[in-house]
Amino acid sequence: MTLAPNNGAPEKTDLVTLTIDGVQVSVAKDTLVIRAAEQVGVQIPRFCDHPLLAPVGACRQCLVDIPDAGNGRGFPKPQASCTLPVAEGMVVNTQATSPVADKAQQGIMEFLLINHPLDCPVCDKGGECPLQNQAMSNGRGESRFSAGGGVKRTYPKPINISAQVLLDRERCVLCARCTRFSEQIAGDPFIALIERGALQQVGIYEREPFDSYFSGNTIQICPVGALTSADYRFRSRPFDLVSSPSIAEHDSCGSAIRVDHRRGKVMRRLAGNDPEVNEEWITDKDRFAFHYATEADRLSYPQVRDALPDGGRGELRPASWPEAFAVAARGLQAAGATGVLTGGRITAEDGYAYSKFARVALGTNDIDFRSRPHSAEEAAFLAAEVVLRSTVTYADLETASTVVLVGLEPEDEAGTIFLRLRKATMHGTTRVVAIAPYATRGLAKMGGHLVRTAPGAEPAAIEALVQQGEYGVDSTAVILVGERLATVPGALSAAASLAAKTGARLAWVPRRAGDRGAVETGCLPNLLPGGRPVADAAARVDAAADWGVAHLPESVGRDADAIVAALGSGELGGLVIGGVDPDDTSDPAATRAAIAAASFVVALELRETDVTRAADVVFPVAPTVDKSGIFVTWEGRPRSFDAVFSSPSSLPDLRILAGIAEELGRPLGFRTIVEARAEMEEMGPWDGDRAVLTGFEARSARPSTTDGLAISTWKLLVDNGSMQDGDKAYRATGRGPVARVSTTTYDAHGPTVTLTGDRGSVTLPAEPADLDDDVVWLPANSFGNGVLADLASPGSRVSIAKGSDA
Amino acid sequence: MTDVLTPVLTDNWGDDRSWTLDSYAARGGYAALDKAFAMAPDDVITEVKESGLRGRGGAGFPTGMKWGFIPQDAATEAGRKPKYLVVNADESEPGTCKDIPLMMASPHTLVEGVIISSYAIRANQAFIYIRGEVLHVIRRVQRAVQEAYLAGHLGKNIHGSGFDLDVVVHAGAGAYICGEETALLEGLEGRRGQPRLRPPFPAVAGLYASPTVINNVESIASVPSIIEHGHGWFSSMGTEKSKGFGIFSLSGHVQQPGQYEAPLGITLRTLIDLAGGIREGHELKFWTPGGSSTPLLTAEHLDMPLDFEGVGAAGSMLGTRALQIFDDTTCVVRATLRWTEFYKHESCGKCTPCREGTWWLVQTLTALEKGQGSEADLDLLLDQCDNILGRSFCALADGAVSPIMSSIKYFRDEYVAHLTEGGCPFDPARSTAWAGQEVTA
Repeated sequence: MTLAPNNGAPEKTDLVTLTIDGVQVSVAKDTLVIRAAEQVGVQIPRFCDHPLLAPVGACRQCLVDIPDAGNGRGFPKPQASCTLPVAEGMVVNTQATSPVADKAQQGIMEFLLINHPLDCPVCDKGGECPLQNQAMSNGRGESRFSAGGGVKRTYPKPINISAQVLLDRERCVLCARCTRFSEQIAGDPFIALIERGALQQVGIYEREPFDSYFSGNTIQICPVGALTSADYRFRSRPFDLVSSPSIAEHDSCGSAIRVDHRRGKVMRRLAGNDPEVNEEWITDKDRFAFHYATEADRLSYPQVRDALPDGGRGELRPASWPEAFAVAARGLQAAGATGVLTGGRITAEDGYAYSKFARVALGTNDIDFRSRPHSAEEAAFLAAEVVLRSTVTYADLETASTVVLVGLEPEDEAGTIFLRLRKATMHGTTRVVAIAPYATRGLAKMGGHLVRTAPGAEPAAIEALVQQGEYGVDSTAVILVGERLATVPGALSAAASLAAKTGARLAWVPRRAGDRGAVETGCLPNLLPGGRPVADAAARVDAAADWGVAHLPESVGRDADAIVAALGSGELGGLVIGGVDPDDTSDPAATRAAIAAASFVVALELRETDVTRAADVVFPVAPTVDKSGIFVTWEGRPRSFDAVFSSPSSLPDLRILAGIAEELGRPLGFRTIVEARAEMEEMGPWDGDRAVLTGFEARSARPSTTDGLAISTWKLLVDNGSMQDGDKAYRATGRGPVARVSTTTYDAHGPTVTLTGDRGSVTLPAEPADLDDDVVWLPANSFGNGVLADLASPGSRVSIAKGSDA
Repeated sequence: MTDVLTPVLTDNWGDDRSWTLDSYAARGGYAALDKAFAMAPDDVITEVKESGLRGRGGAGFPTGMKWGFIPQDAATEAGRKPKYLVVNADESEPGTCKDIPLMMASPHTLVEGVIISSYAIRANQAFIYIRGEVLHVIRRVQRAVQEAYLAGHLGKNIHGSGFDLDVVVHAGAGAYICGEETALLEGLEGRRGQPRLRPPFPAVAGLYASPTVINNVESIASVPSIIEHGHGWFSSMGTEKSKGFGIFSLSGHVQQPGQYEAPLGITLRTLIDLAGGIREGHELKFWTPGGSSTPLLTAEHLDMPLDFEGVGAAGSMLGTRALQIFDDTTCVVRATLRWTEFYKHESCGKCTPCREGTWWLVQTLTALEKGQGSEADLDLLLDQCDNILGRSFCALADGAVSPIMSSIKYFRDEYVAHLTEGGCPFDPARSTAWAGQEVTA
């Protein structure tokens, strides 16, 4: 039901014809010989070469013989094929046909091994090691160095270069892939080669660790076992692992990953190679944050709560699946009007099941996936500007003249977008303009332009971009709006209007993997699956016909905040809730109170939480490794993945909802993911009129009070999120919680500040930044229960005082 | 005998306080500057081209041609960029000792050359990159540049020509690799000295990604005399393809080591005669024509003309004309091991064959010097050299294997003697400068 991205025809390029090992091949101009050779099926051994890094020619392993450089003359000595572009008429002889090239490669391999330890049997890389493999294919069996009594260079075994990444300098072949990745791709040059000669080594600056959200990629591209992670080191052997391709579940980027598992347990995750999406890189969160699914508090069986003889609430007790389905159905029937909160972590199939469950089984449009501050304007924006649309792809970020970021900090909230934008800006083709409270580290790495904007003032800043001459927006621009913009009245409307006026393309970038899929499948009070507007009678009839029901609820439902309010006031009695952390919601206390006030709560959860402890029926749900599904990326690109494990007792949300619906006597019509997907495809996208976004023009941006400081906040990539539980080393690589304030404020209050808002008060270290004097930035979920629970409500202001260090 | 010498660069070295501006000016110094300013920059380049001056840093690339590569067309992006002149004064090659004495004795010759050369390539900023260990030389060049500024030879509108030039004297941090021109540029930009990938070549994208000429001290210092006396005067000296004069640095077992300035094409026999002959009572055993990176030669090459072609024909290179003379007291294995230790210590580490190869070569040679191993190890040594030569990122590693390959070529028997005698057959004390003067208590 979402559109596949439009893959344009490949661009025509000038072809160059050359001969490699006697085989004629035509390749694009500027292709390097090492990659042209791959076209004829010859793998030239290499270490420093990496297709996504600039050529360096350091390891010299890829030497080939060039008897004719294309000008009739040959090179007298073997040439590094990783730095040599092809030329018309060039003749290349690799190790396959040239004794000179073969000897040159064997010679380099012998040199690489003289200082390399023979610890393959205990090395994590053993079995998947390019050095090991190529030493077999292009090296000699016996070491002349060792036979001659050679003395190897030795170092103390591994040293930490960050909490997560360990460096074994003896194993390093100094190919500089890691340092080049950090400099060229991530923009975090916190590792560098130091010293010289055979004592050259990768190093960090004293007391400054390798501080990067993308550090794990260096481990993956290390061609030897020099870089390892604290998480995986000594855990398994590559040949014992089974690799399953999957899609990362932590953000809306849809990064391809490879899950390596052994005996039903995930041992590690690696970046998959998908040139259209994440290329070969993933964030450390996508790589290391997978232990949440095996934490001790993981739910493994359904639970129901018995009523006490006096009618009071008893304890939760284990129950069979059929009993739990029956109890849930009975309870919901008795509770009357019921709301559905799905959270943003669901697959598209699960989202479809929630959506249909609400409409068909519960007869309500009171459903919302947004377990975070949101607005009616956002729901209208999603219906009018987002659903069914796929206007921007990753590739478009590279060709856009300008990319405007509003309410989005890609390095923290969408790492893959950050890497793609940084690539585009490094090539000098794209300019990034951020409407943000201050110039973040991520923006600096993209060489971006800051339009400094206080929280609430975004609509005016967006509107001003039309007239701006220097970094203005035209039809070649892309506007990326983050989900945080929902909290600013008029901001999403202003962005839509800017796009309409200028012809710029607009895309909405949510944080969670299931958010976009939930929009497409109608987990919103104003949308049915496939973008059918609830308010459109024809759309309702269309959906009802597809579902074989007489009619669907007509009025637009309650959003999450309204569901919470209605539960509190008794207008709603029942609640079906899955994957929602109350502390993420607009009003954590109100959400907890609503759950307590609800007469009947059905919780679908992975692990025990405050929600499951308060629920009347608790269903364990399958984590992504246990099920197949589709995540829809921020682009609208469907990313389907298969189950990594076959775990019959681990049921996806949709199977549970189907079970309850059947007990309710209003079955969903499917029980499996395959059936649900088939039904979704059959239903298809809505081809009628789209909803229109009107009536949300920017109001007075300034709140009534100007006392204190306006809060700007977002979640850091590495923070206290429950899906990052279970890897201490990973969490230690996070950026510590600090409050960023203007220099003036910093000078007035010093290095520790206490902020007090309408929900509490927190004391944090302060750092000066280029913020407005009346704005404070702090991470949303890096301390206590987070900003929304511990400090202030969205859009409110806080007071500041000098904090006590004691 | 001394009439074979052609003192030009060295002519004023014996003057009283020759390094001062007054002394230099008294001899007509900085006069070539006005002559150059009266010419169009392209004509200065043509003059240097026609003189046949070839780079004096070792490779012998024609200097004028190098200058001609600098894009000057303002219609192109490269042509609009600022141009830079960088003087390579990182003289670190074992045996080479010409730029440092030149800068000590007559730094103004270099400064005048820098101004004329910068004018020719239209650079308004020049750098003199001096190896960090020679602090006294750095100070002397700094003082000369200061004097030139004060006298109006540097700065804005030099001599009323409208030409502006600033010169920075930069101290290196003590790395042999920074004599490699792209590693030098890295160092000048504040990064680790490691050679850069080419292309782009420095003439297009060198210092700060702008067109850059990098020349040796002696090449630049030769320019004022060419402008002053004309290309015909310069090309009348030397041989057919190796024009002009050069400083020949004789060191080691000769009676009077030192710098001898002579036309290219002079023979070692003549130079040794000039230097008073080999050490009393001894004979020439082997020598390097251009520092340790050039394959060593023997007495059979005494009458070979010392020009680029002559030495090349003998299987070596003219290099920096650093003639290290070793007499019959010297163990060639020991000398080769010392050189190899130098290359191991100075390998920058960027590429595998140099970094790992020199590490291994030292171990193999050390064993051979101690008489350990077998004759097969000589072939192993040669095979290691074969795997390094021409396989590395820059030319440093090629230089590193030169002494080994050439010494085995000429003195294989001596290597074998170490093995058969179970150690070095030489008394190292006999090759020292104080041999025969030992005092026993």
